[in-house]
Amino acid sequence: MAEQITVRTTPELESARTLAEGRRMHAISSAVRYALLAGVGFLMLYPLVWLIGASFKTNTEIFANPGFIPSEPTLNGYIQGWKTSTPYTFATFFWNTFLIILPKTIGTAISCAAVAYGFARFEFPGKRILFATLIATLLLPNVVTRIPQYLLFRDLGWLDTFLPLWVPSAFAGDAFFVFMLIQFLRAIPRDMEEAARVDGANTLQTLIYIVVPMLAPALISVCLFQFMWTMNDFLGPLIYLSSVDKYPVSLALKLSIDTTEAFQWNRILAMSVLALVPALTVFFLAQKYFIEGISTGGVKG
Amino acid sequence: MARLQIRNLEKVYANSFKAVHGISLDVDDGEFMVLVGPSGCAKSTTLRMIAGLETITGGEIRIGDRIVNNLAPGQRGVSMVFQNYALYPHMKVRSNLAFGLKLKRRPKPEIEDATKAVANTLEIDPLLDRLPKQLSGGQAQRVAVGRALIKKPDVFLFDEPLSNLDAKLRASMRVRITDLHKRLKREGQSSTVVYVTHDQTEAMTMGDRICVMKDGCIMQVADPVTLYNRPENAFVAGFIGSPEMNLMEGTLAVNGGIRVRLADQVLTFGEDVGGRLDVTGGEVLLGVRPQHLRIAASDEENALEGHVSHVEFMGHEVYLYVDIADIRLVVVVPSEQYHPEDIRDDRIRLIPRKTAVHIFDRETGRNVSLSANA
Repeated sequence: MAEQITVRTTPELESARTLAEGRRMHAISSAVRYALLAGVGFLMLYPLVWLIGASFKTNTEIFANPGFIPSEPTLNGYIQGWKTSTPYTFATFFWNTFLIILPKTIGTAISCAAVAYGFARFEFPGKRILFATLIATLLLPNVVTRIPQYLLFRDLGWLDTFLPLWVPSAFAGDAFFVFMLIQFLRAIPRDMEEAARVDGANTLQTLIYIVVPMLAPALISVCLFQFMWTMNDFLGPLIYLSSVDKYPVSLALKLSIDTTEAFQWNRILAMSVLALVPALTVFFLAQKYFIEGISTGGVKG
Repeated sequence: MARLQIRNLEKVYANSFKAVHGISLDVDDGEFMVLVGPSGCAKSTTLRMIAGLETITGGEIRIGDRIVNNLAPGQRGVSMVFQNYALYPHMKVRSNLAFGLKLKRRPKPEIEDATKAVANTLEIDPLLDRLPKQLSGGQAQRVAVGRALIKKPDVFLFDEPLSNLDAKLRASMRVRITDLHKRLKREGQSSTVVYVTHDQTEAMTMGDRICVMKDGCIMQVADPVTLYNRPENAFVAGFIGSPEMNLMEGTLAVNGGIRVRLADQVLTFGEDVGGRLDVTGGEVLLGVRPQHLRIAASDEENALEGHVSHVEFMGHEVYLYVDIADIRLVVVVPSEQYHPEDIRDDRIRLIPRKTAVHIFDRETGRNVSLSANA
């Protein structure tokens, strides 16, 4: 009897066993995968975490304590750092950054959308050559144009103003963004624009009412890129701005290294953390559109 | 209230490809004109030239008493329904409908009334606050029709509006659009329609008149009945009607009687064909619709003998595929007249209805059996 039962149940048991084994293997492999991902992720994130931790440490503790949790948390770095060693506080520098970013981002969005619309939707004489030129500037190393540009802006009397930092971008000077929008536009069928034209819209109305809303995800990506790149731009302000009262955040961070003999690292780190905040905030707010924009656009391939 | 006149319309592309070869067409006020043809016959290009979405390289288009060649699409008094609906994806249905009127800066109450009226007509009131992506295909197409309707245009243009819908929905939309057209006409509103399709059923059921196109040329313009019964050429004969008309290569000789030699067989015809012939012989195509062939009784003379290769039972009728030498014929017989035991050894004898036979010049495709007394 017992034998009979064994005989009858062996296949079932076996299949159950293989099933359980499969499940266990699956669990193990997921665990390994997630552990690996989490590990690498933490490795990537560690400098940032350390930065935030260190910004709350005292200047002496930064080098004494390798961990990232401060033993005596203090806001000293933030308070002192904000005041800076100059007559200006960081509020001035943030405001300067804002004064550069705002016209640059808005200008980029408007001008690039218009130029991309022209290239993607219209036939005009010389289109191929103009487009080739556009792409060629994309491949040109920035360094090559630094000196001619400097001379140009000097002759215009724009040195030590914000103009050289945003005007070129506001006239679709960033070929990359134009290219990205063209690729995105190419993937959108023309029917909607044609329907708008039959509905009585002229070219400009079609652009504003139909094309721009459909381009929105790509435009948000463009703005976000421009925002982050401008926030992080160090070389541009360094070359064109000489008075401290016009410094943006990126230059001001370096200021605290220059002017003191013994570096106040806690202040620098505290201000670095603050400098990260706007970019991170904007990124997380726009993340959804940003991903849509770069994944449906041509940037991926 | 407008009539559409097209004179010698030409389209040559930049790469010197000639898509439209000087076509002329009149669409009367209130007429439902269907442009039909196989893909690549430039029917859509013609429609887009009427709309103003393609430039005109020759000839002229007149809507009412205006030449519209150089007018922007919005100024031509046309509205268009696209194959992919082309609804503005970021606008609610309400704004989609109102967009054209808004651009014309009409007062708000007027726009609202017009939107309501159109929504009522097309039964899309419950959808007004939805986005296009929340609509089904049929709903989206109704909104697209509504967007055309609200502008009260002189001419409606439809570019294969039903080809993205499933068969059942297509049939109901077909009725809906023709009903709408009749209603506009009854109400005295402008209701001139140019409707492009590649589907001959759609063309036959919807059009007041049908314009059959091929390779950028018009093959025939006529009402559906004329097109079916008196096709001017072999192309129209083959394109209109389902299943296709049988076109058999043969040789025509007129001496005493009318004799057509097909492969190794000869068919003779009397005055019912002879009276309408305008040639006396030559290489021809003999055209007989599948419905106009019947199975011969055993004692009947003058029949085509062939070999049944297979049989399809369609319910109310039966399709027989018959080979005569290397000619393949389709025969449609009503189910009640089909008796398998009549066919012995897969041999079958067929008799064409003499009055419905067409003879085409093989070279030019012209129908040579259309003389006046027929």
